[in-house]
Amino acid sequence: MADKYVHLIITRQDSPDSTPYKEEFKIPYRPNMNVISALMEIQRNPVNAEGQKTKPVQWESNCLEEVCGACSMVINGKPRQACTALIDKLEQPIRLAPMSTFPVMRDLSVDRSRMFDALKRVKAWIPIDGTYDLGPGPRMPEVDRQWAYELSKCMTCGVCLEACPNVNEKSPFIGPFAISQVRLFNEHPTGKMNKHERLEALMEEGGIADCGNSQNCVQSCPKGIPLTTSIAHMNRETTRHAIKSFFFS
Amino acid sequence: MASNSRDFFNHKLHSLLGLFPVGVFLLFHLTANYQATKGPEAYNETVAFIENFPFVLVLEFVLIYIPILFHAIFGLYIAFQAKHNVGNFGYFRNHMFLWQRITGIITLIFIAWHVWETRIQKALGTAEVNYDMMANILSNPVMVAFYTIGILSAVFHLSNGIWSFLVHWGITVGPRSQRVATYFTMGVFVVVSFIGLRAMAAFIQ
Repeated sequence: MADKYVHLIITRQDSPDSTPYKEEFKIPYRPNMNVISALMEIQRNPVNAEGQKTKPVQWESNCLEEVCGACSMVINGKPRQACTALIDKLEQPIRLAPMSTFPVMRDLSVDRSRMFDALKRVKAWIPIDGTYDLGPGPRMPEVDRQWAYELSKCMTCGVCLEACPNVNEKSPFIGPFAISQVRLFNEHPTGKMNKHERLEALMEEGGIADCGNSQNCVQSCPKGIPLTTSIAHMNRETTRHAIKSFFFS
Repeated sequence: MASNSRDFFNHKLHSLLGLFPVGVFLLFHLTANYQATKGPEAYNETVAFIENFPFVLVLEFVLIYIPILFHAIFGLYIAFQAKHNVGNFGYFRNHMFLWQRITGIITLIFIAWHVWETRIQKALGTAEVNYDMMANILSNPVMVAFYTIGILSAVFHLSNGIWSFLVHWGITVGPRSQRVATYFTMGVFVVVSFIGLRAMAAFIQ
């Protein structure tokens, strides 16, 4: 086992504006490694496959149990979380790259601000503040709570944006996740009171109309969120809202 | 509707026009062509009937040229906005997404050529639209191949377009209805392709 190693090919970038390059690493194998522990090994001993000392690879991670979304990266061509990418289940050499949809900060860490901006744009929250005690909100039926819970698993990880052919530098599309979040907050009994604000935000440029139904998002979502069902549902809601506000009041 | 939702309106209009009237016109056109299987006289009678229809020029512009032009120009804008990735994401729907854009562009090129060769020549007074005109065009094997690709592209674009229409308007929402819609629209592709190609074969002597 001592001579067994893990072969990594990592796309690196020293600063947000510098040119990316590839660097190979061969690190000692241990059973039950994931991509994070392989990267930690490089951090411990930053020596590349040629035996030269190099800068340790930078990445982001927090929870290590696929609920925070911070460690998303492109692993062997597919965007996913590094923490649940087990070395034993990956074909070698393992190719790691940052998610190209986002600005790269350094090596594998990217800036996902556009996702948080999108959530602000569609008002993905429930306003409960008032100048006086508003009392308890209306109750939510248990059956609705159950499927809404599935939508709430979104961790803003960026995988659906990376997989979507319509999210790129030529397109203003905000991405599948934000549309699903509108469905979540519009279903909430208190959130429902402001549903038109979220629908109108979805109808602006870069909103729901830019979805081209490639359905890569639902295939790629690590949390199994029914993104395409959410999008089709919001298609219906926005269309209805458009017709209603055009013909009626 | 809010003034900043013009993009939303354009996308909806693009989706609607693709089916009504453009898609309906394609079905009508291929069905009318099918008359050629009953012989040159039957086909020429149908052409004469359409040519003598009241307000035919107005109908052509309102129901065909203007909607197709909008659909084509906005469609090109949509097609060139995508960054295709079927290499890493080889899922069925992603392939259909790519093919919808490829067939859209082929269909646009085909229609431009087809309209130039038939309708515009008639308008210029250099040719008559009848059985002989098509038989003459299709006496060239290269044109047979071009027309076959053009017809298949147009029919695929319509069939898969029906699928996207159903999603864009929130009619098929869940995965099961979307799957059934896939089977249905592929059935449409097979049946309409047969009508189109069978009609074309009637002009080849």
